Amino acid sequence: MDFGFTIAAYAVAGVLFILSLGGLSGQESAKRAVWYGIAGMAIAVLATLVGPGSGLWLLSIVLIGAGAAVGYQLATRVQMTQMPELVAIMHSLVGLAAVFVGFNAHIEIGRVAAEFAAADLPFPQPEGPLSDAAYTLLGTLSNFGELIGKKTGVEVGILRVELALGIWIGAVTFTGSVVAYGKLSGDSSLLPFKIDTGAKQLPGGHLLNAAAAALSVILLIMYLSGSGGWTLVLLALLAFFIGYHLIMGIGGADMPVVVSMLNSYSGWAAAAIGFSLGNDLLIVVGALVGSSGAILSYIMCKAMNRSFVSVILGGFGGASGEQMAVEGEQVAIDADGVANALTEADSIIIVPGYGMAVAQAQQSVSELTKRLRGQGKDVRFAIHPVAGRLPGHMNVLLAEAKVPYDIVLEMDEINEDFPDTDVVIVIGSNDIVNPAAQDDPNSPIAGMPVLEVWKAKQVFVSKRGQGTGYSGIENPLFFKDNTRMFYGDAKASLDQLLTKIS
Amino acid sequence: MKIGVPKETYEGEARVAMTPDSALQLQKLGYDCMIETGAGEAAGFSNAMYKDAGVKIAKTGAALWKAVDIVAKVRPPSETEVKRLREGQTLISFFYPGANEQLMELAKDKGANVIAMDMVPRISRAQKMDALSSMANIAGYRAVIEAGNNFGRFFTGQVTAAGKVPPAKVLVVGAGVAGLAAIGTATSLGAITYAFDVRPEVSEQIESMGAEFVFLEFEDTQDSAGSGGYAAPSSPEFREKQLEKFRELAPDMDIVITTALIPNRDAPILWTKDMVEAMKPGSVIVDLAAEKGGNCELTVADEKIVTDNGVTIVGYTDFPSRMAAQSSTLYSTNIRHMMTDLTPEKDGQVVHNMEDDVIRGATVTFEKEITFPPPPPKVQAIAAAPKKETPKELTAEEKRAQEIAAFQQQTKNQVTLLAIGAALVLGVGLIAPASFMQHFIVFVLSVFIGFQVIWTVAHSLHTPLMAVTNAISSIIILGALMQIGSSSVLITILAALGIFMAAVNIFGGFLVTRRMLAMFQKS
Repeated sequence: MDFGFTIAAYAVAGVLFILSLGGLSGQESAKRAVWYGIAGMAIAVLATLVGPGSGLWLLSIVLIGAGAAVGYQLATRVQMTQMPELVAIMHSLVGLAAVFVGFNAHIEIGRVAAEFAAADLPFPQPEGPLSDAAYTLLGTLSNFGELIGKKTGVEVGILRVELALGIWIGAVTFTGSVVAYGKLSGDSSLLPFKIDTGAKQLPGGHLLNAAAAALSVILLIMYLSGSGGWTLVLLALLAFFIGYHLIMGIGGADMPVVVSMLNSYSGWAAAAIGFSLGNDLLIVVGALVGSSGAILSYIMCKAMNRSFVSVILGGFGGASGEQMAVEGEQVAIDADGVANALTEADSIIIVPGYGMAVAQAQQSVSELTKRLRGQGKDVRFAIHPVAGRLPGHMNVLLAEAKVPYDIVLEMDEINEDFPDTDVVIVIGSNDIVNPAAQDDPNSPIAGMPVLEVWKAKQVFVSKRGQGTGYSGIENPLFFKDNTRMFYGDAKASLDQLLTKIS
Repeated sequence: MKIGVPKETYEGEARVAMTPDSALQLQKLGYDCMIETGAGEAAGFSNAMYKDAGVKIAKTGAALWKAVDIVAKVRPPSETEVKRLREGQTLISFFYPGANEQLMELAKDKGANVIAMDMVPRISRAQKMDALSSMANIAGYRAVIEAGNNFGRFFTGQVTAAGKVPPAKVLVVGAGVAGLAAIGTATSLGAITYAFDVRPEVSEQIESMGAEFVFLEFEDTQDSAGSGGYAAPSSPEFREKQLEKFRELAPDMDIVITTALIPNRDAPILWTKDMVEAMKPGSVIVDLAAEKGGNCELTVADEKIVTDNGVTIVGYTDFPSRMAAQSSTLYSTNIRHMMTDLTPEKDGQVVHNMEDDVIRGATVTFEKEITFPPPPPKVQAIAAAPKKETPKELTAEEKRAQEIAAFQQQTKNQVTLLAIGAALVLGVGLIAPASFMQHFIVFVLSVFIGFQVIWTVAHSLHTPLMAVTNAISSIIILGALMQIGSSSVLITILAALGIFMAAVNIFGGFLVTRRMLAMFQKS
């Protein structure tokens, strides 16, 4: 039974997926790219349905239909501000699916071995051509079973490693994503339980993780030497724990890295499963997703000037000394003051942060931008690579609010322009505009590239209260002479401001 | 000892080197004070006021010169006055030793010790006796007032019932003490003020006074710290660029105040005839450099002229003297501070300490010797700006060499990585069977393609990228699809769950991505 047609379809799908990722290099080509992805997925699923996956195809289609309905609901209802949570929770589904598929592979091996034993044939088959009896037996098995039946001893061993890896990574991805979702959404509305958003670890910390990982290796070895299914179940449970505990120990500010890292994991899980199923498309796509997530994590880490390891190990690295005391006081200002300054300013830069997302203020920001631009002022946006809770989070929110993307600039493009800027409005960001990163070598964020907003003539910070940011660091920016604090919920403050600017 | 102040002999000079207030302070230092009758009259200080402050009045200048040990005055002494000096007597005044060598010789021959107020070094400690700065400050202020006096409009913009008045535009050339004072005065009167200086580092000072710095695109800018805070002559190219900028500004400016001076040189011509002609009628130019020839080509020293196109050019050289009361107060305070430094014991005895940076710097003749020019002060005037690392213009060969080196480095890195990668793959190949290696090749190539492709993804599209990769990672559905047909119920159930979840992910992921991408739009 050859599925030449299926393999050909997989090749087409693989090319389409690569084009889909490559097309994301520009806003315009990206719109086309997503269709490539959809087409690739459709081809892959169809080819599998008519080919190796034709058993119970009706049930499969019904299930896909049901999944589509749920997916449609999720995708259309979600607010753009909730995008990070959505992506995180969807990763968990991939992880869990990988675990299921991995277990299935294990069960199938057992079943095939049993059938062979019943037919008095050795399993795995010795090398060389199959005996006639084995061949007839294979004909009675399902497609996947047949695949296993053909394998030699070494190949079955490798298959076991692959499926165990798939289960392990899938399980880590599952619980990790669920925890990440809980932390990002804050209220965990889709979950039956609530997850604390702070960085918390059980006593023992990383030692516990290391112990669990070591135990996993032992279990893997035991499984390979034929200890049976319970080792695999235990392995999955341990991986669940690692996923939970690892992400639990990472603060909300590091979530961009975590989400892209989990993205990467889900890819590697798919690739591992692809190996065990002998499916090249799974391998290709898994590798693509895995490497993409890894690169994204790397970019994010670089933007925060942290090493990947220190992010994964949770929390900020220990500060090496006393942090600089912040002198002065925060001076508040009301909407009238901000409106006056904006009316007089020629060039304005808006620095949005997670606070804007939380307050759903992007529409008000967009309206403000429109009015100011209508008055002939130069309004631009400065986006820090790790602003928000997901790579590119702010870009998406601003795009949703119809802010033209050509005035939304990256940190490197705009950082030099701050000294020539009249007014900077910081909306709900904190650490990414913290001058301590440059001034104070003892600051936990020392060396992290930041937006140099304090060099502008005047800075307004829209902020809920006097508290510190997610990382819990005092921000000297708020105490500078040219900084005024515009307290209140970002959306309410901006709406108030809009009444004063026409 | 006795300190005396004669009446200024220079025509029209209204200032005086001692006020009743400063006399009281000098007496506290242990000095007896004396003043020539009527010396303070022009500055508004009558003989009676001096008498009340315990100052003796001398009937004539000659009598005063004879009676005192220290003479303090404003203008450089005339020849007659120098001839009145005697051995051991101290003279404190402006002296301009660079331009008055004959007088210096004469004073040396007479054996008098001359302290030139204009030679006080520009270090922090000496600021209290920096008479040049205090006079320049007044000149800057007065320049704006003179300009306003000759300018037919408001400085500030107003909207009145009788119509709208645009604000005056003022350009200040040269942001020294006088320039900065002029900027401050002009902005506080409400004018829109622009300022220019050849030293880019003063832009901050200019902006702090409320003016806009006229920025000049030029690579070879100078750092003034080495020349004691003064501007140095600029290159011809720079000058051309500068004039071009002024020419561009000239038609818009209502008032131009030029203060550009280079020590010991004629003032540079910065405002040429054609610029004056380009200005609107009624505009005013105040040239504070008139004494040294003027920054404006048409300036006539000590006069106010009106050009054919109705531009007033003020070339007065006596701005401080026009505000004699103010400038006398400041100058006499400078003198008093100088005396404080000269009288460490406060016992009325001058200790002419030639080891002291400030006193040494200001002294031009001492004990029959000419001590001008002074050695550089031990304390640097202004902290030199840290030498900026100017990236050297590389020659073509150097660039080429660098490129080659970078290329070689890159090749080396890549080859190393490739070697490691190949070794790993080979290692796997030694153990694993061929059927595994077939898939493994696919895997390695896919990872490689992934790395190549993802680097090109735009930063702002990272969220859509995550959503897309999330959606396509549900390709795991293929595995579940292949397994669902198994005859084992458990496998079927697990696979069914897998299909369902992956399907949610596929549709959710792609839909969300589409939603996001549809939002990105150009302005």
